Amino acid sequence: MKLFVCVNQVPDTETKVKVSPDGKTIDRSDVNLILNPYDEFAVEAALQLKEKFGGEVTYVSVGGDSNKEVIRKALAMGGDKGILIKTESTGDSYSVAKAIAEALKDSGADMIFFGKQSIDYDDASVGTMVAELLGLPSASVVVKLEVSQNVVTCEREIEGGKETVELTLPCVITAQKGLNEPRYPSLKGIMAAKSKPITEVTPAPIAPLAEVLEMRKPPAKQPGKILGTDKTAVPELIRLLHEEAKVI
Amino acid sequence: MKILAYAEQRDGKFKKVAYEVVHAAHQAASQLGAELAALVVGKDVEGIAPELGAYGTKKVYVVQDDRLHYYSSTAYAKAVAAAVESTGSDILFLPATAMGKDLAARLSAKLGAGLAADCTQLRYDGGEIIATRPVYAGKALVDVRVNSTRKIFTLRPNVFSAGNPAMEKAAVEKVNVPLEDSDFASKVTSISTAKAGRPDLTEADIIISGGRGLGGPENFKMIEELADLLGAGVGASRAAVDAGWRPHEDQVGQTGKTVSPSLYVAVAISGAIQHLAGMSSSKYIVAINKDKEAPIFQVADYGIVGDAFEIVPELTLQLKKALGKE
Repeated sequence: MKLFVCVNQVPDTETKVKVSPDGKTIDRSDVNLILNPYDEFAVEAALQLKEKFGGEVTYVSVGGDSNKEVIRKALAMGGDKGILIKTESTGDSYSVAKAIAEALKDSGADMIFFGKQSIDYDDASVGTMVAELLGLPSASVVVKLEVSQNVVTCEREIEGGKETVELTLPCVITAQKGLNEPRYPSLKGIMAAKSKPITEVTPAPIAPLAEVLEMRKPPAKQPGKILGTDKTAVPELIRLLHEEAKVI
Repeated sequence: MKILAYAEQRDGKFKKVAYEVVHAAHQAASQLGAELAALVVGKDVEGIAPELGAYGTKKVYVVQDDRLHYYSSTAYAKAVAAAVESTGSDILFLPATAMGKDLAARLSAKLGAGLAADCTQLRYDGGEIIATRPVYAGKALVDVRVNSTRKIFTLRPNVFSAGNPAMEKAAVEKVNVPLEDSDFASKVTSISTAKAGRPDLTEADIIISGGRGLGGPENFKMIEELADLLGAGVGASRAAVDAGWRPHEDQVGQTGKTVSPSLYVAVAISGAIQHLAGMSSSKYIVAINKDKEAPIFQVADYGIVGDAFEIVPELTLQLKKALGKE
């Protein structure tokens, strides 16, 4: 199978977000950048399919040179090669999806995997956009996946339950936590990743359709009242929830 | 200018967020001097369409087909795109739900329409919509303007008001979209509902969450009892999920769900930054934790510094009395 996994580089979840002087993006100095957590499930899913059916796994990332780090991280888990789609600016989900679709349109991909969302902009859109741009069926937020012959059966998470989705190859899948347990890169894997090829492509600039005008921190919440240190505080808690907050 | 509000239904019933989306679109239409209509897609949905009139739309377009009973990313996108074209709509509102997010992404690509996803606030400036949306799971907010001619906005459930329903019925007009079998290249074949009776976290009005401090999966029983008493959802911290005590769909935080209920009760959760990101937009937060230095108290409106195993059962007991459910 020809398998592709799109991987993104994001600030880790411990990051305390600071807004940069441009007022539109986060300050990335002193920020630890990691492989987007949901992308790890996508990587693992592709590697398992390669182990089962044979073929190759190619990682694709859109961004600057530092994105090679997440391609190498994925390559250390397994897989064959990487493609860095070089762009100057982040753009929006649409421009990222366009760049990926352009790079993969003649790739002969059987399956293209994404994490269900990047934990920076939380758009949860790029994977499904790429599917539409390439005219492929898709399933998003997938927690279970089976591939047999030409048919993919998966479960996707919805509010209060799961949907079973059937789709045909080639297709696009976006992975949710629970799909699998991503493997840790072995030392051997880390060494091997260093010599796996990463090619660079530079697409013609694609204009974003949505524009960030301003980024700011949400208003800080004032610490509230400590009502007590044991169960004698319970009546007062109930009173406040009923009379002051009016939520019960 | 024309605005189209996608009203999500499942099994012939509107989701609560459908009313929120229609009402928010109604407010946008009056701010922008635009025409408003709603859109319903599904099987046999003509009958429920008029009730959307109560939330501010005079007109509802309907695309119905037996094969649209369950969601299909490809076929639904074709149906909605056809309705957008045939009605000449400029702005499309959808809910930021499992269905709405999937559909919005497809439609954005299909229609070349810029997308502002998971918006929590809309304001109007010189005939434009400026959408506020959380990023980094709520650690920051951005104001977004969509610059394409056609624009798509998805609205986070539980955030926008559905207004006071009026005694109005909307006029219904069918849109005929011929669908081929090949349009169902991706289709849902069945749905399983996991937790009978307990609301999903993204839709719940009250959430009771437990963390590592509970010590084991068996101790979530008292969390569930309190939740069931209040009709609440049950959440968990990443620590509790990673320990295998709770399923991953219960996880609240940056790599789980972002929630905004009216009341969030954090039990034995210390409040790691990635957890706070997912729940600090809750309207009221209660923290019960024996460590008075726990960061959760920094965002809590009401806190009790004490033993959860003593306080939670007492809270359940007293609430039972107060609610007359003893």
